[in-house]
Amino acid sequence: MTAYETVIGLEVHCELATASKMFCGCPNEFGDEPNTNVCAVCLGLPGSLPVLNAMAVEYALRVADALNLRVPERSVFSRKNYFYPDMPKNYQTSQYDEPITIDGWLEIDGVRVGITRAHLEEDTGKSQHVGVGGRIHDAEFSLVDYNRAGVPLLEIVSEPDIRSAEQAKRYVEELRATLLAVGVSDVKMEEGSLRIDANVSVRTPGSPEFGTRAEIKNLNSLRSLLRAIEYESDRQWSLTQAGEKVVQETRHWDEESGRTISGRSKEEAHDYRYFPEPDLVPVEPTQEMRERVRASMPELPAAQRARYIEQWGIGAEDARVLVDVPGLAAYAERAVAALPGDSGGSAKDVVNWVRQEVLAYINETGLSPAVLAPEMLAELVALVAAGTISRQQAKDVLAESLRDEKWPRTIVEERGIAQVSDEGAIADVIDRVLAANPNVAEEYRAGDEAAKKKKWGFLMGQVMRELKGRGNAQVINRILEQRVAGE
Amino acid sequence: MSGASRIADDVRSGARSARDVLDEHLEAINRREPDIHAFNAVLADEARAAADGVDAAVARGDDPGPLAGVPLALKDNMCTRGLLTTCSSRILEGWRPPYDATVVERVRAAGAVVIGKTNLDEFAMGSSTENSAFGPTRNPHDLTRVPGGSSGGSAAAVAAGFAPLALGSDTGGSIRQPAALCGVVGVKPTYGAVSRYGLIAFASSLDQIGPFAATVEDAALLLEVIAGHDSLDSTSIAGPAPQLVAGLDEGVSGLRVGIVDEMTEIDGIEPQVRDAVRAAAAGLEAAGAKVDTVSVPSATYGISAYYLIAPAEASSNLARYDGVRYGLRVDADDVSHMNSATREAGFGREVKRRIMLGTYALSAGYYDAYYGQAQRVRTLILRDFERVYEQFDVLIAATSPTVAFELGAKTADPLAMYLCDVCTVPVNLTGHPAMSVPFGTGDAGLPIGVQVLAPALGEPTMFRVARAIEQAAGR
Ligand SMILES: [Zn+2]
Repeated sequence: MTAYETVIGLEVHCELATASKMFCGCPNEFGDEPNTNVCAVCLGLPGSLPVLNAMAVEYALRVADALNLRVPERSVFSRKNYFYPDMPKNYQTSQYDEPITIDGWLEIDGVRVGITRAHLEEDTGKSQHVGVGGRIHDAEFSLVDYNRAGVPLLEIVSEPDIRSAEQAKRYVEELRATLLAVGVSDVKMEEGSLRIDANVSVRTPGSPEFGTRAEIKNLNSLRSLLRAIEYESDRQWSLTQAGEKVVQETRHWDEESGRTISGRSKEEAHDYRYFPEPDLVPVEPTQEMRERVRASMPELPAAQRARYIEQWGIGAEDARVLVDVPGLAAYAERAVAALPGDSGGSAKDVVNWVRQEVLAYINETGLSPAVLAPEMLAELVALVAAGTISRQQAKDVLAESLRDEKWPRTIVEERGIAQVSDEGAIADVIDRVLAANPNVAEEYRAGDEAAKKKKWGFLMGQVMRELKGRGNAQVINRILEQRVAGE
Repeated sequence: MSGASRIADDVRSGARSARDVLDEHLEAINRREPDIHAFNAVLADEARAAADGVDAAVARGDDPGPLAGVPLALKDNMCTRGLLTTCSSRILEGWRPPYDATVVERVRAAGAVVIGKTNLDEFAMGSSTENSAFGPTRNPHDLTRVPGGSSGGSAAAVAAGFAPLALGSDTGGSIRQPAALCGVVGVKPTYGAVSRYGLIAFASSLDQIGPFAATVEDAALLLEVIAGHDSLDSTSIAGPAPQLVAGLDEGVSGLRVGIVDEMTEIDGIEPQVRDAVRAAAAGLEAAGAKVDTVSVPSATYGISAYYLIAPAEASSNLARYDGVRYGLRVDADDVSHMNSATREAGFGREVKRRIMLGTYALSAGYYDAYYGQAQRVRTLILRDFERVYEQFDVLIAATSPTVAFELGAKTADPLAMYLCDVCTVPVNLTGHPAMSVPFGTGDAGLPIGVQVLAPALGEPTMFRVARAIEQAAGR
């Protein structure tokens, strides 16, 4: 039990994976040559006007359904005014007092985290500050790439319902899985398509009041999120204990030093002068649109996990990994479906292989599970279940199968490693070995533990030699048992 | 010189060439433009190429369109691809838009020949065209006087015979007031009737592009060409352009016409202007209309609401001129100092004044008292006008309280300048259409305009009434 309680609210900015930008027809692509996906509108050229991308609205409605958010009859875009070189108009078109969705929740391990709102806004460009300190104020010069300017964002704002760094991480994981499941974003934190600000404060456990909060920016990974919240809550508690005041401010997470650093000074404090965007009309989603979205909603992660646990008999952690890694669940489902009914292999076996070998392969190569052939894994699981190869052999076979896109059966045949599991054939060999060594069975039965072990090893070795090392050890053991020990 | 419809008819029938028409107008420009300064740029070469294109189309047997070969002047706040577009501001120095405004595409597609870009008050902020960074435009009727503003260059171009047609933009009266002062017809269409795409914004919720012409018929012809839905402007009204020319002479018999008290019987209005409104009303009555006076009490607050809303939107619209991407850049040690040095050097006094006013009106703690209150007043004015339109088909009023004043007369007193808009701003706030029609001359032969107002999308009736006033004026 810690001495204090941390109170956390998260603002998650999610880039929506629409084909085009929010207010113009430019492609919404990550990683293209700088300033190639731009036009008069997203460059904010004089005289240009925005036209709302209907798909961005539809994506927001999908998220609304997934996060139990209400959709008011109308919402309004506003201008958030401040000067920054990567913002072409020096205002950001966002939503302010009338957002597209309000009042929802997301369940994390049985706890509901409230979601205040999720609203649409446009992304800014990206600045690169060159020279000296590498920050805008001390750079020699700066370059701006406007490819990202005007990319649709959904800002999802939670209530201050989160009570630990770990829970914050779980919230983001669940949110990420949900956004991925409803198909609105690729949720890649490393590419900035999911960005997080954390509002953190501390208080004495049980206190009804909130402490003064700091807003931490620049959290680019779950690891940063965890570390930053832990650092910041410790910092605030130490201040409080020392009788000092926590200042309400923006702080930046510095990954290298592992600290949060005070952001803007007071004189730079922004008055955003929000007012309704006169170049756009209010958004009023039609009933027809809402129903179309509802009808096309996929299974959400929580339901999906529950289904795997129940149908496949796998553990909660296995289910979570399947759902959280993009494409993995779909891969596993197809592999399970491809498993021959009489193979003796189970869905659980498939999941074990997916979680260990396949996942390791994906992590190592960076490939998406979508490019792998799940039917190959199904064949491998069937080969193991039939005793054709051992688990140990199967690992090598799978590695080659994944790497060279080769069917496991072909590999087994090429390598000539198929086990002899045929009981009749093995029984014949055992009978021959016993006949050639008539005393050994007797010595085994009469011997002490050490002698038994020795004689058993001898017989196994003889049988295996006859089978050129490809005998199924389990089958040999069982038949030897009957012939030698079981009289 | 003849009117636009006559020129278009002649060019389409092959009776005159577009090139000849253009040359006549270029000659007029050569003669008087040095005195008037209607243009920031005369596009003689581009115009010749366009005119030749029209003539070639006629020779091929193609129809170049309803504005075939008609020279047209564009206010220099409308984007023209590859051609300097300045807003009469230094801040846009050297900027050539990579695209054409929707209205520019439409007039070109209708066969019009863009002859030049006309002067304006910087970023359309002003009522005299004296706020141009490139020097004032003078009134063709009296070179010591202003042409009005902010579309003073376009109004003067039509009045001087430099072009039969011109386009302007009207945010608080910037088409109608200079039309009145220059003795031409000027129309502010229903908000959303004409696409704003490519119009450099001053105040987005108020800006509207509209025509200038010597006659009501020509203005109708041009509005038919530029109006109609545009998918590039979210505030554009769905549906096609209204039919205006066809019903122009249907008369006003039985129409209910109201004279707006608060836009006619006001302090500071010149008796000659008030008399003109009354005479125009009498003319309409003689033509069979039912005329009465009507009060729209909230219209008095129009100017206060306007001078909060327009600067507020402008403060945001003009934030993009920061020296980062295009136009003027004044170098400095870091980005924020470069931004302020650029804006300091690039914007004129009036623009800076309005940016400050608007920034203040939107700032935390003042928003509700200023911008919020102005929006509530705006709603009130709209309701009042809608109520009045239950009893009247159209309204008439003064356009400008005075005839053209002398250069410099109001430059030292911004408030006096703002009051030029007292009769015109209410319809920008309501989004309704209104137009100014010349109605005789007053002292020293200076033109007087009468304003016709109509409910949303009431342009067909408005034009019929304007035509009747034009006839009553003996034109
Ligand atoms: Zn674009």
